[in-house]
Amino acid sequence: MGKDDKIIKEIQEKKYEAGFTTDIEMDVFPIGLNEDVIRAISKKKEEPEFMLEFRLKAFEYWKTQKEPEWALLNYEKPNFQDISYFASPKNTPKYNSLDEVDPEIIDTFNKLGIPLNEQKALSGVAVDVVMDSVSVHTTFQKTLGDLGIIFCSISEAIREHPDLIKKYLATVVPSRDNFYSALNSAVFTDGSFAYIPKGVRCPMELSTYFRINQANTGQFERTLVIADEGSYVSYLEGCTAPQRDENQLHAAVVELIAMKNAEIKYSTVQNWYPGNKEGLGGIYNFVTKRGICKGDNSKISWTQVETGSAVTWKYPSTILKGNHSSSEFYSVAVTNNHQQADTGTKMVHVGRNTKSTIISKGISLGKSNNTYRGLVDIKKSASNARNYSQCDSLLIGSECGAHTFPYIDVDNSTAIVEHEATTSKIAEDQIFYCNQRGLDTENAVSLIVNGFAKEVLSKLPMEFATEAKKLLSLTLEGSVG
Amino acid sequence: MLQIIDLKAEINGKEILKGINLEIKPGEVHAIMGPNGSGKSTLASVLAGRDIFNVTGGKVIFKGKNLLDLLPEERSREGIFLAFQYPVEIPGVSITNFMRAALDQHRIHRGLKPMSAMEFLKYMKEKKALVEMDAKLEGRAVNEGFSGGEKKKNEVFQMAMLEPDLAILDETDSGLDIDALKVVANGVNKLKTKDNASIVITHYQRLLDFIVPDFIHILYDGRIVKTGGKELALELEKSGYDEIKLEADRLIKN
Ligand SMILES: Nc1ncnc2c1ncn2[C@@H]1O[C@H](COP(=O)(O)OP(=O)(O)O)[C@@H](O)[C@H]1O
Ligand SMILES: [Mg+2]
Repeated sequence: MGKDDKIIKEIQEKKYEAGFTTDIEMDVFPIGLNEDVIRAISKKKEEPEFMLEFRLKAFEYWKTQKEPEWALLNYEKPNFQDISYFASPKNTPKYNSLDEVDPEIIDTFNKLGIPLNEQKALSGVAVDVVMDSVSVHTTFQKTLGDLGIIFCSISEAIREHPDLIKKYLATVVPSRDNFYSALNSAVFTDGSFAYIPKGVRCPMELSTYFRINQANTGQFERTLVIADEGSYVSYLEGCTAPQRDENQLHAAVVELIAMKNAEIKYSTVQNWYPGNKEGLGGIYNFVTKRGICKGDNSKISWTQVETGSAVTWKYPSTILKGNHSSSEFYSVAVTNNHQQADTGTKMVHVGRNTKSTIISKGISLGKSNNTYRGLVDIKKSASNARNYSQCDSLLIGSECGAHTFPYIDVDNSTAIVEHEATTSKIAEDQIFYCNQRGLDTENAVSLIVNGFAKEVLSKLPMEFATEAKKLLSLTLEGSVG
Repeated sequence: MLQIIDLKAEINGKEILKGINLEIKPGEVHAIMGPNGSGKSTLASVLAGRDIFNVTGGKVIFKGKNLLDLLPEERSREGIFLAFQYPVEIPGVSITNFMRAALDQHRIHRGLKPMSAMEFLKYMKEKKALVEMDAKLEGRAVNEGFSGGEKKKNEVFQMAMLEPDLAILDETDSGLDIDALKVVANGVNKLKTKDNASIVITHYQRLLDFIVPDFIHILYDGRIVKTGGKELALELEKSGYDEIKLEADRLIKN
């Protein structure tokens, strides 16, 4: 088995490619969390009174709560008084054009390969960038605005569209949903907002890139996407962070609302810093993502490619409320070295003839642990509900682990729920077969992994798929020799 | 093109190849026959560089280079192709993508630019026609759910794509019906030039009706015990391996 060991070693030696910091003058709050900090955030954001109340209420609740323990994760709990809850590039509240943006920031995004410039028009992607706590640039607001589409930072939405915020914020993920949603509700500093009006098919991908740059900060973004009746939107989210020895916290909340006949496609490529080979540093990624298929025939699909973070705790979920509504969850999660991922989905069937599909692909390398945790919950009202779940795990090496916990809760006898699970290893003869055709081992592993994840990758919007494949290969890449 | 000199190899401490000598020149077709377990596949694997086998002695010179110093992928790019006795499944990887990745590596090795997508598809189409490969196979994942015959045809197709100097066909005939056998043999014959060579490993003389060898070697217990022309196959068919086994055992004892 000498060959296996070699492959594993090579792969573990891969470094994090987005691990640079940007030297920009930052406006950072002192560390610690109390009511004054929350008031200061709200003030800094020029928020209406109702938001401050919302935050303070969430904070009161959060103080009474304890961190959840049940996930199959092992990590040092963050000290919430050691984090700064607001950091923003100095003197950069809003930009109207790219020319106004600090060249250092542009340079950062160029290094990341994030297409911020107007060339992006060609590929039809509108981008909102959130660096640390502040949205630094939103492109194509005008093009979208002509169609009545609102796509802006959540801070701007709170100021400019308070009625929509009041109506929808925290309706899918209540502040009291869990420890991290309460914390997020109290301290979130930015994030993206999208509203697609009735009958409008959003002509381009909407995309947000998140980046944590400043040391000792947490990132708590808030995303809210509303697809009104008969509309369609495809939304992409990408994340990176610099390489640091201390752990950083990312606790986002994402809410999706699909009205009658509307469809939301939500794709994530998550590449937070995973920590080094020995498990030092890295992002704690504790995210609450939930969508509701509110109206009949509505549809929400989640597609995620998770390669980063030291610890991930994330279950994008859908409440299938409308009759004939449907939801899909496609996930690839790769863990390497000491990374831990506990991820999966919840599909809550409420409406009649609702349908959900879950395809989860876990790839574990090194000493990492990859857990799928899913719940298919069929309520009494959900006649003829259907679910199909498939969870496949691929192990590379013998020190890693894969775990699958498919919970099923069926309260209606007309439901059909199917579950399949497989665990496999990359076999030595597969690698040799590729070698014999002229592919080196690294190339072979990458090809095999891409093949394993193909069902999910093929669900990503085309330009994101290329990025995701590159990222997968990078995650597997070893410094050979 | 290829010289094998006193090649010895073992697996888990068990000696399988006990001193193989063989010389192959451009344009030649060599058949290797022998009973099950005599080491035919092992020889093929060792030439291709599979590291579960341990080379314990001897030398292999391929196109003037010391073959045993090269990694398996380097041997492939240098022009050694192995059609596997048991082709391996690679789920989710389409033959098109697989061959594109492989051909890119071969071209880079030869100092050529990778083909554009258009060029590649055209090239693949030509090769497919040459080996009479089913159109529907190319979109499928490598060997996944293929029938025995499909797998073998796919090996010959890959050989056509990579245009090796030396092709080693390990029991490419086994498990094929007569029609599939003809397709496979036809493909191999069409790929033959005066500059390339092949080693055809087979258990039965049937294949040699279609691929006519210049030499036949009988491998038995890790050694080549007899070499002859194509008439050796007929002789074998008549008397089977028993006589050769007896003869070889007698030789070894003395
Ligand atoms: N992977 C392996 N592990 C252990 N023994 C092997 C392995 N591969 C082949 N052998 C042994 O090597 C000998 C030759 O096998 P092989 O080369 O496959 O013969 P052939 O192809 O002529 O039928 C057999 O005794 C077989 O059991
Ligand atoms: Mg054999």
